[in-house]
Amino acid sequence: MSMKDLFAGAVITTRVKEVVAWGRKNSLWPMPYATACCGIEFMGTVSSYFDISRFGAELVRFSPRQADLLIVLGTINYKQAPILKRIYEQMCEPKWVISAGACASSGGFYDNYSVIQGIDELIPVDVYVPGCPPRPEAILNGVMKIQEKIVAEARGKVVAA
Amino acid sequence: MKEMALNIGPSHPATHGALRFFVELDGETIKKSNVEIGYLHRAFEKHSEVSTWTQVIPYTDRLNYCSSMMNNVGYCRAVETLLGVEIPERARFIRVIVCELSRIMDHLICLGAAAVDLGGLSNFWYFFNVREAIYDFTEKLCGARLTTNYTRIGGVMRDLTPDFADGIRKVLKDLGSAIRDVSRLLERNKIFMDRTQKVGIISKEDAISWGFTGPCLRATGVPHDLRRAEPYYHYDTFDFEIPVGTVGDVYDRLMVRFEEMRQSARIIEQAFRMIPEGPVMVKDPRIALPPKQEVYRNIEGLMNHFMLLMDGIKVPAGEVYSATEAANGELGFYIISDGGGRPYRVRVRPPCFLLTSAFSKMVEGGMIADAVAVLGSLNIIVGELDR
Amino acid sequence: MILQQLQEKFPLEIIKTGEGYGNLFAFVKKERSHEFFTYLRDEPALKFEFLIDLFGVDRLKLNESPRFEVVYQLYSLTHNHRLRVHIKVPEEELVISSVVDLWKAADWSERECWEMFGIRFEGHPNLKHLLLFEGFEGHPLRKDYPINKRQKIPIPGEIV
Repeated sequence: MSMKDLFAGAVITTRVKEVVAWGRKNSLWPMPYATACCGIEFMGTVSSYFDISRFGAELVRFSPRQADLLIVLGTINYKQAPILKRIYEQMCEPKWVISAGACASSGGFYDNYSVIQGIDELIPVDVYVPGCPPRPEAILNGVMKIQEKIVAEARGKVVAA
Repeated sequence: MKEMALNIGPSHPATHGALRFFVELDGETIKKSNVEIGYLHRAFEKHSEVSTWTQVIPYTDRLNYCSSMMNNVGYCRAVETLLGVEIPERARFIRVIVCELSRIMDHLICLGAAAVDLGGLSNFWYFFNVREAIYDFTEKLCGARLTTNYTRIGGVMRDLTPDFADGIRKVLKDLGSAIRDVSRLLERNKIFMDRTQKVGIISKEDAISWGFTGPCLRATGVPHDLRRAEPYYHYDTFDFEIPVGTVGDVYDRLMVRFEEMRQSARIIEQAFRMIPEGPVMVKDPRIALPPKQEVYRNIEGLMNHFMLLMDGIKVPAGEVYSATEAANGELGFYIISDGGGRPYRVRVRPPCFLLTSAFSKMVEGGMIADAVAVLGSLNIIVGELDR
Repeated sequence: MILQQLQEKFPLEIIKTGEGYGNLFAFVKKERSHEFFTYLRDEPALKFEFLIDLFGVDRLKLNESPRFEVVYQLYSLTHNHRLRVHIKVPEEELVISSVVDLWKAADWSERECWEMFGIRFEGHPNLKHLLLFEGFEGHPLRKDYPINKRQKIPIPGEIV
């Protein structure tokens, strides 16, 4: 009698790393760093119609110390930049960053004395979501890309953002 | 007792964006407060000086991003005044309809978020469902949910979709039941009343001196509304009421918004009945893009198209101030043209800016927990506040 | 009517008045501006209770002299009329008296005007940066400030 027959499908075998990744992936705690228009679309993403909780990421935290996914939604300007950096530093490892929308990713169409041309000047970014503002589906897609990345990292693969 | 200083923001769930305030506390009472803004300064006014007249419209979307169509209308109306252009009758009614829809959308967010700050999350879901339903129609209208860029100088971008009127009527019905649900949850709710009544009171005189306009001014009992005082786009022919408050506290400010949504729904209903058929853009090759068949088939159309896109609209030299009643109050655009293809100076008068400047005065002497309620009732939209 | 009354009351101060696109406006010298605004606010026939907006304009590229002006949008709730007042401010002497004591709405607007154009408001209690960070050099809405001239990312100060 083989092991497989003995437990008759009641037991799954895997590696610890992958179990942890599975858990992480399905219980992301996002912190929305919402400064502008994209924040309103994030409200749409968490509300009943699009319902981010289908992806296990509905537990929105406003304290960086309790979150593992930073979603930057909106324009970051020079006055804001040091604060964003400090908030990122306050998050515990492991942590991921989504840069949602044109402004956060590249400054958008605000090329001026006040706006940072992309938050990657300040902090590392895992996923860039295009759009001005990105639709809720696009934000959800960004969350799914993070989930893929978590699994891939556990399997030892390097994934490009 | 020793005084304590507390910092709230700029990244805090109750600041509705990026806003920071410090308070000096004596126990739980606020002794002194100081607001700091500028965390979303995106240089709108500087950008307008280097964009063509048409290119400014998308920037106006991002001023008050909860009701972007109103900003589009406000800006285009100012430029049209300078150009001396009368927009077609149908376009006027379309603008009224989209403006009132935007007002509803804005108030939905404001009331939903204010209730969340006070601990009532379910109201937000009720309201957001209606908002999603309106989004479906704005999306059909112009392709975007939030940043619409719908109006053009000289009219609107395209006509209403055939199913628009019926669809919106249905949405308005849903809105009615959502308002009913939420006002049942809030209006006579003891906890809600305790948290909002006699909180953050501002008197009539103070409100005027601080430059309050819109729902926050009306909550103090001043029935001032630009739709009545300086009617534009046939607002004088619509039958609607201007709700006013009596005390000028948080409760009044929120209740005024509830009633305004009902009135906006009435205006939309009337506009649907009165709207005539016809063009939605002026027929002026110096302002409106020619139809695509002409661009592809004859040289004149092609040239007009090219000139408009490369040089932009030429607006005669002059200065104008034009104000419309936006969701938060008087939204004014002051424009200087030097006769070229780009504005010389665009100044926007954001209603939020003056509301927020009075925030410190309104919370001083109150409890720290009230500060959040006051902030929610002012409906601060940071895009408009910092520009 | 309003303009006539003003011209009779302040004949020396008023440079020109007029109407354009339905807006009444008056260009005024800055010397007695505070007195002028007090009159506008308190005179029963005028009663401008509202300071709707206050901002600066840089007329460098229009080749007008003096270069700067401060614009006040006034509105009267009682009479439902509006007036736009332009106060000319020469570049050599960028100072004007504050109207915070007349209208509280001027508080932040004057700070913004100072920040964007460098026009100082005499008598303002707290004239410091509003929209930009502490230590920002220059005045970005002036016509000779390039739109994309960036400065160093500021180092955050103390929390309080």
